[in-house]
Amino acid sequence: MLKFVRGAAVASFAGLLLASAPLQAKTLRFAFQGDYKSLDPYTLNETFTLGMHAAAYEGLTKRDPELKIIPGLAERWEVLEDGKRWRFYLRQGVKFHNGNDFNADDVLFSADRVRADGSDLKTRIPPEAKFVKVDDYTVDVELPAPNPILHYEWDTWYIMDKEWSEANNAGKPTPAAATTPSHAALNANGTGPFVVESHQPGVKTVWKPNAGWWDKPQHNLTEAIFTPIASDATRVAALLSGEVDWIDPVPLQDVDRVNASANASVMQGPELRTIFLGFDQYRDELLYSNVKGKNPFKDKRVREAVYKAIDIEAIKDKVMRGAATPTALMISPLLFDLSEDFKRPAADPEGAKKLLAEAGYGEGFEVGMDCPNDRYVNDERICQAVVGMLARVGIKVNLNAQPKAKYFAKVLAAGGYDTSFYLLGWTPGSFDSYNVLANMYRCRDEKGNGGNNNLGNYCNPKMEELIKQVLGETDTAKRNELIKEAYTLGQVEDWGYVPLHQQALAWGVAKNTKVVQRADNQFLFYWVTKE
Amino acid sequence: MLAFIIRRLVQSIGVLLAVAFIAFAMFRFVGDPVNQIVSIEASAEERAQIRESLGLNDPFVVQFARYVGRAAKLDFGISYQFRQPVTKLLGERMPATLELAFVSAVFALVVGIPMGVYTALRRDSWLAKLFQAVSLVGVSLPTFLIGILLIYVFAVTLGWLPSFGRGEVVRLGDWWTTGFLTTSGLRALILPSITLGLFQMTLIMRLVRAEMLEVLRTDYIKFARARGLTRRAINFGHALKNTLVPVITITGLQLGSIIAFAIITETVFQWPGMGVLFLQAVQNVDIPIMAAYLLLIAFLFVVINLAVDLLYAVVDPRLKVTVRAA
Repeated sequence: MLKFVRGAAVASFAGLLLASAPLQAKTLRFAFQGDYKSLDPYTLNETFTLGMHAAAYEGLTKRDPELKIIPGLAERWEVLEDGKRWRFYLRQGVKFHNGNDFNADDVLFSADRVRADGSDLKTRIPPEAKFVKVDDYTVDVELPAPNPILHYEWDTWYIMDKEWSEANNAGKPTPAAATTPSHAALNANGTGPFVVESHQPGVKTVWKPNAGWWDKPQHNLTEAIFTPIASDATRVAALLSGEVDWIDPVPLQDVDRVNASANASVMQGPELRTIFLGFDQYRDELLYSNVKGKNPFKDKRVREAVYKAIDIEAIKDKVMRGAATPTALMISPLLFDLSEDFKRPAADPEGAKKLLAEAGYGEGFEVGMDCPNDRYVNDERICQAVVGMLARVGIKVNLNAQPKAKYFAKVLAAGGYDTSFYLLGWTPGSFDSYNVLANMYRCRDEKGNGGNNNLGNYCNPKMEELIKQVLGETDTAKRNELIKEAYTLGQVEDWGYVPLHQQALAWGVAKNTKVVQRADNQFLFYWVTKE
Repeated sequence: MLAFIIRRLVQSIGVLLAVAFIAFAMFRFVGDPVNQIVSIEASAEERAQIRESLGLNDPFVVQFARYVGRAAKLDFGISYQFRQPVTKLLGERMPATLELAFVSAVFALVVGIPMGVYTALRRDSWLAKLFQAVSLVGVSLPTFLIGILLIYVFAVTLGWLPSFGRGEVVRLGDWWTTGFLTTSGLRALILPSITLGLFQMTLIMRLVRAEMLEVLRTDYIKFARARGLTRRAINFGHALKNTLVPVITITGLQLGSIIAFAIITETVFQWPGMGVLFLQAVQNVDIPIMAAYLLLIAFLFVVINLAVDLLYAVVDPRLKVTVRAA
């Protein structure tokens, strides 16, 4: 009898194995510190959210693991009429998740929708670009002036279904002041490799693979589940206990602990964001300083002195625990071909003191500094280190570190650029230097027209001219030379900013999970495989 | 009695208005919501336009009056970040918080009362001393630390229980979701409810112990002993029964704070309740969620206090007289 039972058990177990072998569940569970809020791909221009949208939605272009632009929903494209007309040939036979066909009408619709009020991605397409339908699978973009980087951000300009959006009253993105909820915020209908099965904002999002996807899947998942975990300690615990397969970020102090564990390790790599210090070099008198009647930061010797007083290696070793790449430029070296030509001058406190004396501040001076404390990796501690280093050359810094909600309200245009000296991070959304130059080095007025994020208003007419040339130049080599000239002017001659470092990405990944880490910190799980 | 209830309800409207006013006055110090709505690359005009459309440029009094006007119709607006009605968001999260609070309260009572009784009856035993020491830990250690310790021991080291979330939930009716019906849901409840209930448990234990000691000294207990009643009948039938009145009061009042202070426990365990939603709203300056949550908690306290007052009147005849007189 016993034998029989055992035999039956073995048989049923074997049966189970046979039945489950082809359908073996591969569920990816992952956690991020923030929420995946709205599914509407035009509501929020934020890295993690854009990466999440890429599961269900696709753009005309995509970017590969090295950030190279590759075809997406457009099979190919060509530039005509000296860059004033771009022709995109759309992929045929692609279907949205609800079964609708993808065609030129959807592209035209999406081009309007992304530039409508309520969209946070208006910068994806210049306002003057005109979309023209040539036939069902060909779209022309007409431009008044050549624009070599037109399609640089189109990997995150996701194409939506015209019929679905209009039928569900989602023809426009929902503005923040809306009085009715948005259908597109809770439901997704894209062409992408995954279908959103359920989405409870701030709690849980579940995807299933899209069986009818046009491309060959590079993942082997049968399900993906996202949960936000805001608390650092809990996020790390969830990874170590094997409840999740991927987390971001791993706090720097936990990196060794995760690496020492049996089932997970930390994947680190340079991120594209540049952390830097900026000066108010516009006002005639600083808002926060004991120097009255003049602005010390208008003197470029003072800016150079600040630069040279900072020991970036010490910040890297002590504050960042090695997880940072010191930089000489306001853009990541991964994004600019000639970045090798720039070297960061070594720290030189003595030289800094001399420069200050020459500028008439031999006795030093006091200045207030603004710093976020929950935005970048160890942001407040970097600022504290800067305070100490500047104290050695006689500049007494009064640090005002605040949560990002308060910090940005103070230092950005809405707060009237209310700062004298600040720490900020910048990632060019287009992965191109023009974005950095236009945001950081263009003059602006009081309201922020011009270089909107040039908080301290660095302003040099020569630079304005160079930036215009960069925008219009279509030849890559010539363009690179112009960009190099601009950085030389802004950094080496004018000491406009103090670039500090690119912080490191720190992803926690379970050992049985293979992921692709892209330097823009988007987590794209269509590249994930699980053992 | 009816007049009393009506008067209290009118008073509670005053309380709610005051809470809304103070909350609104504080929101201006939280930061600028527009920065959380658009990315850093958004232009100055666009930001100005959003400020205008949200009515953030209006004077404080106008904003407040508009909010109260809508809230009176139970319209709490749309969340800035989720673009969903606040009522729906809070409604979806409420079952999680209430279930957690309920289990914590039950845990505090079921464990706290026997411990209190034991430490009162066997004052000098080593177990009673151990309980006393544990209760000291419960009162003095901050909640988040207890949570992290529990996670470290039971989730990471031993791997017995989940470290975050609510497990699988079952939908009951239109909006209620429950974790009581699945194994993973029940397992997920254990660590957070211990974390949240530990402080209340020690409070109840100490209260029961003190009351028990008091009651055991009274004359009627001595007479009961003299009459030769069993220890069991004396300790549980008479002494414990009389200690429970203040315990019920405290438990009722504490229920409000369990719900309100679940914020920390919810954050540590990423429990998808209202507390996490609120905290996250504070970080993102999501004023509609913050305002509605604060009003809801104020309302909860008002209701609980009213219920406790009414219960008092039922339990203690002396109070009934004053209630009538007033």
